[in-house]
Amino acid sequence: MELTLETLGLAESAQLLSLSAPGWGANLLRGLANSLKIAFGAFGFGVLIGLFGAYGKLYGGPVIRDLLAIYTTVIRAVPELVLILILYYVGTDLINKAAGAMGYGRIEISGVVAGIWVLGIVQGAYSTEVLRGAIKAVPPGQIEAARAFGMPPIMIMWRVTIPAMMSFATPGLANLWLIATKDTALLAIVGFSELTLETRQAASSTRAYFTFFLAAGGLYLMVTLCSGVVFGWIEKWARRGQPSLRGGRG
Amino acid sequence: MITFKSFLQPHRIVMMALFGAVVLWCALSLRWDWLPKYAPLALEGLWTTIWIMVVTTVLGFVLAVPIGLAQAIGPWYLAMPARVFCTIIRGTPLLLQIWLLYYGLGSLFPQFPWIRGSELWPYLRQAWPYAVLALTLSYAGYEGEVMRGAFSGVVKGQLEAAKSFGMRRFTMFRRIWLPQAIRNVLPTLGGETILQLKATPLVATITVIDIYAVSSRVRSDTFIVYEPLLLLAVVYMVIAGLITLAFRRFENMVPR
Repeated sequence: MELTLETLGLAESAQLLSLSAPGWGANLLRGLANSLKIAFGAFGFGVLIGLFGAYGKLYGGPVIRDLLAIYTTVIRAVPELVLILILYYVGTDLINKAAGAMGYGRIEISGVVAGIWVLGIVQGAYSTEVLRGAIKAVPPGQIEAARAFGMPPIMIMWRVTIPAMMSFATPGLANLWLIATKDTALLAIVGFSELTLETRQAASSTRAYFTFFLAAGGLYLMVTLCSGVVFGWIEKWARRGQPSLRGGRG
Repeated sequence: MITFKSFLQPHRIVMMALFGAVVLWCALSLRWDWLPKYAPLALEGLWTTIWIMVVTTVLGFVLAVPIGLAQAIGPWYLAMPARVFCTIIRGTPLLLQIWLLYYGLGSLFPQFPWIRGSELWPYLRQAWPYAVLALTLSYAGYEGEVMRGAFSGVVKGQLEAAKSFGMRRFTMFRRIWLPQAIRNVLPTLGGETILQLKATPLVATITVIDIYAVSSRVRSDTFIVYEPLLLLAVVYMVIAGLITLAFRRFENMVPR
């Protein structure tokens, strides 16, 4: 193993990336864990917003519908980086004002929570559109049938709409998840120690830029490829019982 | 289509009045005294943002056509690298790509004396070539995937008709295949161009002074947080709106 690394001229890189003390591997993995935590949280928060947003856009009154249209249009037209800064400052300001009003001192907000809040709101706009399209694709007869059985609205949503729309929503949601993992890199600019920032710190203190940036790229790519496989399973599960898109045998 | 009449519903009039009140409040009670001092710099930054966006979009599209073509009909030794390129570009954050090129290549180049001695060295010492390269590759990666679908989506009969007229392959590509493929993906192209606009502020992290960098500078110079950011958001929204309008005009121009 060591001999092959030696002959390939990669011994130095391997040493830099090793998990124990002189190497920076542990830092990168910690950054990756932080990135994934934020991505999971933001994706979940975004889907939650998206679900309410989609219902509001489809069944809400004219005011709610217009407000949601403004929300999705603005969020999708302004760069994520600018939104992250605005939401970050607004969020910390609001929390500190609230804390001040209740008599507490300044509160330090953890990077993970702030990241989830900021990216979640951005993701919410996109998932509103994805879920709205998916809910509209559910045959209306199914929802009418549930209504005819006397199901309350929440139960209809839980038992009929959500399971039936899953197969339409999965490709869009998979895309959003990939965007979420990549958008966590933007939090490096606000100073959260997620993968990209950890990589930059490691790279600038060892001057081995290529080694570390390529290693981080490899980690991101692994996340992307693994997510592709997992979402493939989810889609297969969501489409169970429906005729296959490929070929004539359904 | 939004008509003027649809704006005259009562709740919309109330909302517009509220919106006007908010704008008025912003104009009167927020601090805008920094604006005259930074206006020239902001215009320069705006120009940088726009030219970087336009140049990288055009170059990226030019690069995306062969990438899409290679994936759609190329032999495996062309299709495979093209697919790997698209997967890598789409699977890693753009910020990481920009930093890899800027810091990586930027630290590699000075080690070679013949690069330092070359005519290009004065440019390679600046940040914008790396920004343009990274954004171009990113657009090409995303668009290559779109163009693959577009090229495979053109109806076979059209190409067969061209062939039966005795058109040469390149003429056929130029006159039939490419125009139809582009027509089919015009709406997607508009969306991707807005995404490209939204990617440009990342170049501020490698010291290119675009409009985003100017707003950061105002924030760090004057400690005014919200005003520059709000103005920045408005500027980006206006540019995105203009792109949408331009692409809508394109779409109306091409015959369906």
